[in-house]
Amino acid sequence: MIVSKKEIPSFLDKLISDYQVFAPVQKGSYTLFKQICSGTDAVLDGGITKLPVKEIFFPQSEKLFSYNVTNEGAKLEAPVDDRKKVVFGVRPCDARSLTLLDNVFNNDKYQDPYYLTRRNNTILVGIGCNSPASTCFCTSVNGGPFDTKGLDLLLVDTGDAYVVEPVSDKGKELAEKAGFAAASDADKAAAAKVKEEAVVSCRVNTDGLKAKLDVNFYDPIWDRIHEKCLGCGACTYLCPTCHCFDIVDDAVDCNGCRVRNWDSCAFPLFTLHGSGHNPRSTNKERYRNRIMHKFKYFVDNFNEIACVGCGRCIKNCPVNMDIRVVLEDIRGSEARLDS
Amino acid sequence: MRMQKLAAQIKDAAKKLLEEKKVDLVVGFAEGSLPLRGTPLFARTPEEADKLTWNRGCENNLANYLRKREGKVAVVAKGCDVRSIVALVKENQINRDNLYIIGVPCSGMIDRKKVNQLVGGKDVLEIEDNGDTVVIKGKDFSETARVADLLHNSCQDCRYGNPVVYDELIGELLPEKGEDDFAEIKEFEAKTAAERRAYLAEEFSKCIRCYACRNACPMCYCEECFVDCSTPQWIGKSAADIQDNILFQAVRVFHSAGRCADCGACERACPMGINLRLLTRKLVKDVKELFNAEAGVNMEDKAALATFTADDPEPFLVKE
Repeated sequence: MIVSKKEIPSFLDKLISDYQVFAPVQKGSYTLFKQICSGTDAVLDGGITKLPVKEIFFPQSEKLFSYNVTNEGAKLEAPVDDRKKVVFGVRPCDARSLTLLDNVFNNDKYQDPYYLTRRNNTILVGIGCNSPASTCFCTSVNGGPFDTKGLDLLLVDTGDAYVVEPVSDKGKELAEKAGFAAASDADKAAAAKVKEEAVVSCRVNTDGLKAKLDVNFYDPIWDRIHEKCLGCGACTYLCPTCHCFDIVDDAVDCNGCRVRNWDSCAFPLFTLHGSGHNPRSTNKERYRNRIMHKFKYFVDNFNEIACVGCGRCIKNCPVNMDIRVVLEDIRGSEARLDS
Repeated sequence: MRMQKLAAQIKDAAKKLLEEKKVDLVVGFAEGSLPLRGTPLFARTPEEADKLTWNRGCENNLANYLRKREGKVAVVAKGCDVRSIVALVKENQINRDNLYIIGVPCSGMIDRKKVNQLVGGKDVLEIEDNGDTVVIKGKDFSETARVADLLHNSCQDCRYGNPVVYDELIGELLPEKGEDDFAEIKEFEAKTAAERRAYLAEEFSKCIRCYACRNACPMCYCEECFVDCSTPQWIGKSAADIQDNILFQAVRVFHSAGRCADCGACERACPMGINLRLLTRKLVKDVKELFNAEAGVNMEDKAALATFTADDPEPFLVKE
């Protein structure tokens, strides 16, 4: 199937009557996923959004329930967002990040109703990356500029049009309902050419990384590697796979609500115990946790690296703490593999 | 060329200090991983000092890494770094006797956000520094721009590119600039309260509470920041509340009144592009107007809010 770029706004307008539609919109010098009211608001050629797509499914602050205590007793309200959504213009790295987050929010031990309800009610329409940025390294972490994991539909930008490739049944249904024209052989060839020419030039070698992290928890390398890290939460909040959260009660008198907020391993409050003890009391332990969580613990638990190579942390770190360099330093370090 | 020469001189100075064991550590900049990006470097051996460099991307305020250090430390410091160092020495956070300042006169650092804007967000692969101009290069483009147009706002406003204190100077002192006119602050002050409130609400709707501004600031060093205190909880933890975001920044800014050197580290660190210097500079302007004081411009003056004279203006007292 194929849809011309000119038709996209009217296609989105039609979707808006049936769904909450989210798409990248311009906010100053960058784009962010926002719910749109008009198809013309979508900015589809702006590269990856400043914040990852996770915030639609796992908002930075989410009310889990609210309560109200009166003489008659306690009343509890736990709204779950089950509105039907379409997220339009997702980049493949962001879509893949959701398949990684699925492991956390939907596993044998726990199913998170807030996240899962949104996931199940959402159709993800992706746009492949014709010219990956120099900070992109998706192909090093099992992704790719036209990877379809997590997507329902993939659009391939062939200049004036998008060649539409259904990935899931949900996506196929949406495309059929929209009545997109059939793609000619020439269109398909153009899409294939675009895919072939999209090269991710940055490679990050993760060979042997996990084996090293398995044994280097006490390695002296951690004393130095974090040294320039400021301990802010820019990398974790902008990361599509970081998912640590903190639950707080916001209450006044007899009314209150329980809120789930994004947390960051970089912060001093992270894993602070009620006793006042913190097992990760300094920046060293916190930075180690960030690396370990992504490249060891997540692999141990779910057999996948918790990084999709989007490059947001590289572009936005205030001190140019580059994860590619850090991983290379760890790989190159003389970790005591025998201990 | 000038930059390469400075880089070589910095390297030599640092190596000498380490070889002669005059210091245990040199804090400076290494070549970063992005075009024209310096990244903080901690060199403890002459070999490590070989990685030191100097370019228009050495934008971080290294004073941030110098508080409560053990042993003798040398730092490669621009004008703004030195002002923060001076302010921190006065607050007993840095022991001047244990710090060796390799001062580097600075005519400004390049703002990558401005570079990105100039090339319409295209992927920049290289920035060639030709002195007064730079050539920004990408896959299918190459654009020449004036350095002066690409400097950080803080660098354009800066009047202290020359380090006010140093143990060794690299390169030559730069000509002095005229007075800062605080034009954009005056413009903001002239707005109505409702307009100001609306502007701040819009700016702080972008805040994600990552605290990069606070952590990049050399003067933000409270052992426990009020936003991190959990018993009691002074401020809501959710970033969805714009009022809380403003409250956080307002308290931070008031706390740095008379201490802020207007280095712009907060604004440069902000991943969301919030106009943070509007607030910090309002306080810098107020302190200058009220007390004729600027933070960290010499070793002698006491910090404006740490001293008192009987004729201090008190315009905040409402006269009946």
